[in-house]
Parts: sequence; structure tokens; C-alpha cells
Amino acid sequence: MHPRLFVVPFVLSFGVAACGGGSQPAPAPAAETAAPAATVDPATAATVAGKVNLEGTPPANAPIQMKADPACMKANEGNKPTQETYVGDAGALGNVFVYVQSGISGTFPAPTTAFVFDQKACHYNPHVFGVQVGQPIEIVNSDATLHNIHAMPKTNQEFNTAQPIQGMKTSHTFTTKEESVVIPFKCDVHGWMNAFVGVLDHPYFAVTKNDGTFSIPNLPPGKYTLAAWHEKLGTQTLEVTVAAKESKSDANFTFKAPAGAN
Amino acid sequence: MWLHRYAKFVSAATVLLIVAGGLVTSTGSGLAVPDWPTSYGWNMFTFPMKHMVGGIFYEHGHRLIASGVGFLTIILALWLWRAEPRRWMRILGFAALSAVCLQGLLGGITVLWFLPTAVSTAHAGLAQIFFCLTIAISLFTSRGWTDGTSDPVDDGMLRRVSATTTALIYTQVIVGATMRHSDAGLAIPDFPLVFGGLFPPQWTPQIAIHYAHRVGAVVVTLAIAATAGHVLYHHSNRPELRRPAAVLVCFLLAQITLGAFVIWSAKDIAINTAHVACGALTLATSLVLTLRSYRVRFEGTAPVAVRVRQPVAPKLGRSGAHA
Repeated sequence: MHPRLFVVPFVLSFGVAACGGGSQPAPAPAAETAAPAATVDPATAATVAGKVNLEGTPPANAPIQMKADPACMKANEGNKPTQETYVGDAGALGNVFVYVQSGISGTFPAPTTAFVFDQKACHYNPHVFGVQVGQPIEIVNSDATLHNIHAMPKTNQEFNTAQPIQGMKTSHTFTTKEESVVIPFKCDVHGWMNAFVGVLDHPYFAVTKNDGTFSIPNLPPGKYTLAAWHEKLGTQTLEVTVAAKESKSDANFTFKAPAGAN
Repeated sequence: MWLHRYAKFVSAATVLLIVAGGLVTSTGSGLAVPDWPTSYGWNMFTFPMKHMVGGIFYEHGHRLIASGVGFLTIILALWLWRAEPRRWMRILGFAALSAVCLQGLLGGITVLWFLPTAVSTAHAGLAQIFFCLTIAISLFTSRGWTDGTSDPVDDGMLRRVSATTTALIYTQVIVGATMRHSDAGLAIPDFPLVFGGLFPPQWTPQIAIHYAHRVGAVVVTLAIAATAGHVLYHHSNRPELRRPAAVLVCFLLAQITLGAFVIWSAKDIAINTAHVACGALTLATSLVLTLRSYRVRFEGTAPVAVRVRQPVAPKLGRSGAHA
């Protein structure tokens, strides 16, 4: 049997593997003709506010075992850290990303101030947040251990950056609107660390607080579709119409808690 | 003999490397070290041990073990080059060295490209090829092979069925690797049934590749049964065939059991990794049986030269007298 026969299966493996498909980031959409810059008249700007409710008792958030990294254990000494899947006061759901899904026209310049995204005590802070396309995100490692910051978008470019030094800062900017809106982040060193960022081409988004409330100010009067996204419970939408200077406070969503363990 | 022992050591180290690599995927640590060939900016070999935490322990540990196996393979290739009179064996040594170098590159590329399924699967596939090369070198340097036999088994059917079985096992390994690297390990959540029946009620790419792996298991089971049955029926008096056939059946049973428990345990890390390692050992065992069935085709190939100290001829002067 000739040694070269060993090469044949290897070549075949490449062929089979190539057919296995692979995940490549979708190319960024071609630049569309630039829409005119939106101007929001303060005299007519409205506010949409509401509350995200949770019906039923959610599963308990899974406890986090940090023994894989002594630095994380030390940073959480005395605490019993858990995942942040279901947070909120009774009957309320926090960490829900609420945003205007449709109805917006015009372009909105991205803020130049960076959003600070911190890794502290081996947790991401905040767990859910939103940025505009083109807005810098300043990722900070506040821990005395290594982290990698790994973003997994579908439309934007995936990245995975090493942050071995405490105090290290890395800046990243998402350059295009994300098709799925919300991009997951994770740390591959500490498997329990995960976070989510909504990337939109406008500033009309918010994250619900522990009491489930949110507020999206400075909205031009008109008809919009609001969406509320939760990392486990999916997305719900709501049609709202706001009049000039209206402060709408009943844009409420209700999610149902799933049965079983988290 | 020492070359054979060293070759076996390299094979054993490669099993350890396959386990380490399996753990990387099973623990989701493939991107725990974002850069390559450095590790968080450090040279691979100077990365501080205190930072081997979490996923880094698995990924960087895998890189270190891989480097060790690469170094062992350099020695093996050089030793074969120096000691082996059989030219094809020297080529095999460098084929193994080439394979392990290419493995390193594939491993780096898959990290830098965020673990694309095709590259990760190729990395897994080449790992098996490299392992098979080390197993083959171990076999070809063994006394049982080099000393030969006056009555090698010449069974065309055995050659065909064992070679086919080995190829089928390798294909199943590739399908399994594709399944792992496309997150399809639990695409069908029950076992032995498929969503409560025999066929999936709907098809997605992940369900399809998972189902293919299960069908492949049935095919491989039949192939191994045919091979082992042929050996036990026709060559039960040949221990060099009977033993690997028996071991092959044992590995098959273990692999099926592990596969079931992978599903039932929702991909427990240890069970998942053991399933990967057992797959490699099943492939290696089938390869040994196949090569031994082809032993007769190697008749006439010069064995390893027996080093005999020849007496030194005395130097004679012009007159023929001793100098």
C-alpha cells in the first residue's frame, strides 16, 4: 500500500468539509442613496414610554461556577453570582431591548461619545445595551485576569479581541445596521459571560430597568412599530401612534415566563 | 526495536492530542485565545502558566501539546530517514511531519477566521489522518511486520472488506466532525429514536448532518460486523487478525454507547470528548487490521536491516604483508 494513499482520504476530507458549509459574515449591504438628515423639531417631539411585564414565574437564573478562574472567584467572594437571563421586580422584566423597528425616516448622526462596556468581576456591564451605527464602543477590562471580547454579528464583521491586561481598553465600531438588530457578545475564556448589544441606525431605543419601564424620548410625531427583544423570550411588536408633543406612557408589552429550568 | 517503541510513543502522544483537541470543542474554548501563533501577545512557549484559566486552559493547552507532538514527529521523521532502509518508510515519516505541520496551520487559520465549519472540520479530519500515519509507522516498524511470516494471509475479500470498513469509519468521523463544528450535536434531541420516530418531521441543515451521522453509525456497524465476522470465520487461527478484529468490535460497542450518552447527557463534556477519542481508536484499529490484511502485498520489501558488525579487513602493504 503506497504511502500516498494516505493523502487521498485527507483530500477527500477537505472536499467533504468544504461541502459542510461554513458561516461567513454576510457582506455589508451596498450603500444606499443617503437619506436626508433627520431633524427633530423640539416643539413637536414626543415620548413613547411603557413597561415590559412578565406573566408567570420565571425559572431561576442559573448559578455561575467560577472555579475555572481564581481571579473571578476572588472578585465574587461572598456573592453567589447567577446569570442575568430573568431580571426585574415581581411581574416586571428588565434587560429588554426596546426599539423603534419601523416608521423612522432620515439619517441620524452617530454620537461621537463612546459607550463604555465593562468587564468587571467577570461579568459584562451592562448585560444589554444599544448603540447607533458608527458609535464607538469602548470595551474595558477592569479585571485582574484575561478576557477575550468576542462579538458574533450576522451583518457586521465578527471580531474576537484579546484583553490580557487589567485596565486595557479596546474600541470597536459597528459600521452597518445589524439585520438581526441584536448582536451577542461572549467571553470564550469565561463561558458564563455573555451580553447583547442592539445596533441601529437611529437613536430610538432603550433598555428596560428592573421595574420593566422604558422611555424613548424625542420621537417625531407619527406611526411606529415598537419591538421588544428578550434574550430568551424572543421579540414582540406593538404599533404606536404619537401625536405632536405627546407623552405616551402605555406602550406595554407582556411576555410569558417559560415553564421548566433556565 | 527502539524506533518501534518511539513510534508507539508518538502514537500515544497523538491520542492525548486528539483528546486535548476534542476538549477544546467540547468546552467551547476554540476562540479563548484570539491570536495565533502568539497567545494573548505572548510567545506560545512563554505564556504565563497562571493565565491558563477557563477556556485558555483547553485552547492553549491544546497548542502546547500539539507543539510537543510536532517536535516528537520531527525526531521520528529524522530517525526514519537515518535508520530505515525502506525508502517508502522514509517518505511516510516526512508525510507525517508534513501532516502535523499542516495541522498547525489549519489550527491557526481556523482561530483567525473564527472557526469556519469547513476549516475546523478539515482540522479534525487531518488530525485523524496524522494519527493513522503514526499508527502505520508503528505497525511497519514492529517486529511482527518486519520479521514477516512464511505464510502471510492472502485473502482478497478480507482486503476489500477491511479497507472499505476503514474508509467508512473515516467518513463517519468526518461527518461527526462536521456535525460538531456546525453545532448540530443535539439537533436531534432523543436517542435511539429521532423526534420520537425513525425520521425527522422536518429537515434543517443541522438535523440533516446529525441524521447522516446516525445513519453512518448503522453503516459502520454493519461494515465492522462483516469484517470481524469474516476474520473470525476464516482466520480465527491468525492472532494478528483475530485480535484487532475483536478490539474493533469492542471499540464499536463503546462508541455506540458513548454516542447514546452524548445525547442523553446533553453533550456532557467528558462523554463528548471520549466519543471523539473512541472514534479515533476505532479508526486506528480498523487501519491496523486492513494493513495486516495487505501484508502479503509487502512481501519482497526489504525489512529493517539487521545491523551485523562486519570484521574489518586488515590493511595490507604492497607486498601483501600486513602494514
